[in-house]
Amino acid sequence: MSASLDALLCVQTTVLWLALLAPSLLGLWAWRFPPQRMLPVLLAGLPLPLATLWLLHRVSVGGEFEGAWSPGGLLLHWRLDGLAGLLLLLTQLLLLASATYAVGHRRATTLAECAFAGFWPLLGGLAAALGLIWVAADLLILYAALELMGLCAVGMMLLPGKGEALVAGMRYLLYALVGSLAWLLGVALLLGSSGRLDLAGLAATTEPGPVTGIAMALLATGLLLKAAIFPLHGWLAPVHASAWPSVSALHGALVVKASFFILMQLWQRLMPEAVAAAWLLGLLGSLAVLWGGLQAWRASDLKQMVAWSTVGQLGYLMLAFPLLAGTSVAVATLAWQATWLQLAGHALAKAAMFMAAGNLVLSAGESRLTGLAGASRRLPLPLMTFGIAAVTLMGLPPSAGFTAKWLLLQAAILAGQWLWVAVLMAGTLLAAAYVFRVLRCAFVETAPCHEVRPLPAGMDLMALLLALGALGLGLGAEWPLALLREGGRP
Amino acid sequence: MSGALIILATLGTSLFTAVMIFLLPERAFRARTGLNLGAALVKLGLVAWMVWGLSRGREYTLAFPVLEGLAFVLRTDSLGIMFAGLSSLLWLFTTVYAIGYLEDSPNRKRFFGFFSLCVASTLGISLAGNLFTLLVFYELLTLSTYPLVVHRGTAKALAAGKVYLRFTLPAGLVLMIGMVALHALAGDIRFGQQEILAELAPGRRPLLVGIFWVLIVGFGVKAALVPLHGWLPRAMVAPAPVSALLHAVAVVKAGAFGIVRLVYDIYGVELSAELGLLHGLVAVASVTILYGSLRALAQQELKPRLAYSTVSQVSYIVLGIGLFGPLGTIAALSHLLHQGLMKSTLFFCAGNYAEELGIHRIDELDGAGRRMPLTSLAFSVGALGMIGVPPVVGFLSKWYLGTGAIQADMPWVIVVLLASSLLNAAYFLPILGRLWFRPGPDHGVGEWPAERRPVRLETLAWLLVPAVATALFSLMAGVLAGMPFSPLEWTTRVVNTEYLP
Repeated sequence: MSASLDALLCVQTTVLWLALLAPSLLGLWAWRFPPQRMLPVLLAGLPLPLATLWLLHRVSVGGEFEGAWSPGGLLLHWRLDGLAGLLLLLTQLLLLASATYAVGHRRATTLAECAFAGFWPLLGGLAAALGLIWVAADLLILYAALELMGLCAVGMMLLPGKGEALVAGMRYLLYALVGSLAWLLGVALLLGSSGRLDLAGLAATTEPGPVTGIAMALLATGLLLKAAIFPLHGWLAPVHASAWPSVSALHGALVVKASFFILMQLWQRLMPEAVAAAWLLGLLGSLAVLWGGLQAWRASDLKQMVAWSTVGQLGYLMLAFPLLAGTSVAVATLAWQATWLQLAGHALAKAAMFMAAGNLVLSAGESRLTGLAGASRRLPLPLMTFGIAAVTLMGLPPSAGFTAKWLLLQAAILAGQWLWVAVLMAGTLLAAAYVFRVLRCAFVETAPCHEVRPLPAGMDLMALLLALGALGLGLGAEWPLALLREGGRP
Repeated sequence: MSGALIILATLGTSLFTAVMIFLLPERAFRARTGLNLGAALVKLGLVAWMVWGLSRGREYTLAFPVLEGLAFVLRTDSLGIMFAGLSSLLWLFTTVYAIGYLEDSPNRKRFFGFFSLCVASTLGISLAGNLFTLLVFYELLTLSTYPLVVHRGTAKALAAGKVYLRFTLPAGLVLMIGMVALHALAGDIRFGQQEILAELAPGRRPLLVGIFWVLIVGFGVKAALVPLHGWLPRAMVAPAPVSALLHAVAVVKAGAFGIVRLVYDIYGVELSAELGLLHGLVAVASVTILYGSLRALAQQELKPRLAYSTVSQVSYIVLGIGLFGPLGTIAALSHLLHQGLMKSTLFFCAGNYAEELGIHRIDELDGAGRRMPLTSLAFSVGALGMIGVPPVVGFLSKWYLGTGAIQADMPWVIVVLLASSLLNAAYFLPILGRLWFRPGPDHGVGEWPAERRPVRLETLAWLLVPAVATALFSLMAGVLAGMPFSPLEWTTRVVNTEYLP
């Protein structure tokens, strides 16, 4: 009996590592032979989410599983629980959509051949880095994966090769390096004080005290920089200005979230009871919601608006810290579910929105909102996609954003933390304000009609599928949330 | 067919129509028309089937969990199916009307797509089995009506759309916060489980009162309670079928229906009376009724006058809810249906005058009765019903309101009713006078502002038939009020089985 269980565990582990590493191999393959059509890319990538679904099924039946890997004297820990599995699934789906979209983008416009080929290994590297971050239970793996992710992301942002892209990309690199430095110092402090790097061991041996506090502050600063949390968000909007939509989609949906995920993991293990610090993070999040919303409202350029909305939406995630620290079990459970549902809903919606915005801009040849008025009337599908994605961002039903907001409101009301209720209200209204600035373009009858360029149908379809995914996750939230309730919260 | 499946099919009919219409090309006029009418008929049939099943004691339910301790519930009860029946019936007529009204105008695909989505939301609201589900469709209604309000795309329409969103989106948020607070307090309350709140500890009572008023503010915006009514007259720039839909069935009724559910199915009418909530409702409703009528009197154009009349008339429903007693309840619920029939008639007719003769102002209506006799007849039926002249159904609503007021020991409400009826007469009778007794262009005096080429009937059949049909329904609902399945009989049944305090 136990032999067959061991064998099953062994199969699970193999499948997991295959799912984690296969994207890099596919990326290298595509570097050598850049794909020309969308369907082969879709088919090549499809086994990965299916494998993850099977793993999730195993996790829901047999509980989380973990292991360690020892290359040359080091012991590196990893584990797969419900949360990590769900995030892995989300990552794979988004990467698949982005890869497919990129092929369509290549067909629709004239991208430089070498830039397009260079996209693929970077995508593979990003996939591996994200996968490792979700399953890592060890500061060393986290460090390596975080660096790999940062470098791949910067590389992808530089692909368009234009001057402004280079400047923005370099600034991003600078921010990322400073963040890494802070993070590395924090890790060194922790290693010095407790002598361990695995998260479980750290949680068991670390005592609250000045060293832990300083280390956590350094770690948090580094991660907040990488996650573009207010007031460290300055690099975010410029890098999206000239990036490809497929890259922007991945970046806004996943890359910034990975840093948040790591922060949450560390916080929960090292200082779950630090109420004052958690409130500080919550306040930063609130300011992010307000500032990001205001800037998105003021933005005159479509992609800038979408990028600023990311800054605002990331703020909602930060509200989890005060709701998790020192509150009752009921509140914490609600906030925990709300956070990950919000993360997933926003990831899908933001990717869809970047793609839809990209389609609008590509077709109309115009990225300013005022210029879009006439053209967008002739582009109902991208605009509809934009609208559906916007429903999630505004948190209106029946979207994941709505369900997450319901949970978050319930947690805030139960905990009596009314400040967050006000923040959620303000954020929703700001989101509605900036989103409807775009949507009303569709109705202006007096605007001149521009010629629009047709795009491959797959590009519109990918964006629409992601947007509908964010919508469907609202009422279909029970399955992922049940997985979250079972495990994942340390 | 199993219960869940038939509910899903009913809701799916409109949703499927919306998706199909978005997929069809703009020029596919015939396919779109066929789809629209077919879906409206199928839905009416399905709802009729459920009414029949319900009257024989069958229950239809569709439920699945969304969160821990919170479910998405659609189910039929007598109250919900009543609203569903009204919306399906009026959807059929409004669709017919809209097809004729928007003939040869641009963006019809977008219009009918969102139109179907709007009707799906209304159906969802009527079949919702708890507040969460109601909220889902309530917000969906906001989103799907915005494109209809700004459909014309003029600066005025876009401005009206902005005002509409400024009122409805914050209201939706307020509603959500109230619902989450109630959920945090008492868990998932299905409609009809009034005992949950009634059994809460007395210390929670002030909190309940607070949440009630928060929810009323949320619903009150759509129900156009003064001072939250500002969006409604502005939204008049929308095409006539949209106005008919907004005023008679979808938006204002969604608000009123939400208040009905809140008072009868969540708080329970006895708890509401105990907490002193009903007096507040009566006061708000009385103010709204009088204010709406006064403002209507001041309007010089036809559609804004009808809009303010809606503000006033919808509050009869709220007034009836506030009168503690079975008669007031009957008045509230039956007026939900009666007002829908009469108001859609009036808006259809107003649209006909505008389309056929280019008439927008009231003083241009002189002698229109001779040029458009059937439309004017329908308009007269609707207007007399609004004033409360028997045998049109409006009389029944006012009769039950009056007797309900006496039963509830609030005789001053009768004064409000009388004043409002006088005001109704003051703003509707002059219109009827102009229609029938003033000489107009057809008598050789002056000319119509913009007359369309004459057709065989007085106007397009697509436009004429719905107006006449809804007028006939409002007449028949009054004359045959004692027959089974008439609105009054059904509401009496609802009150007897579920709400008898």
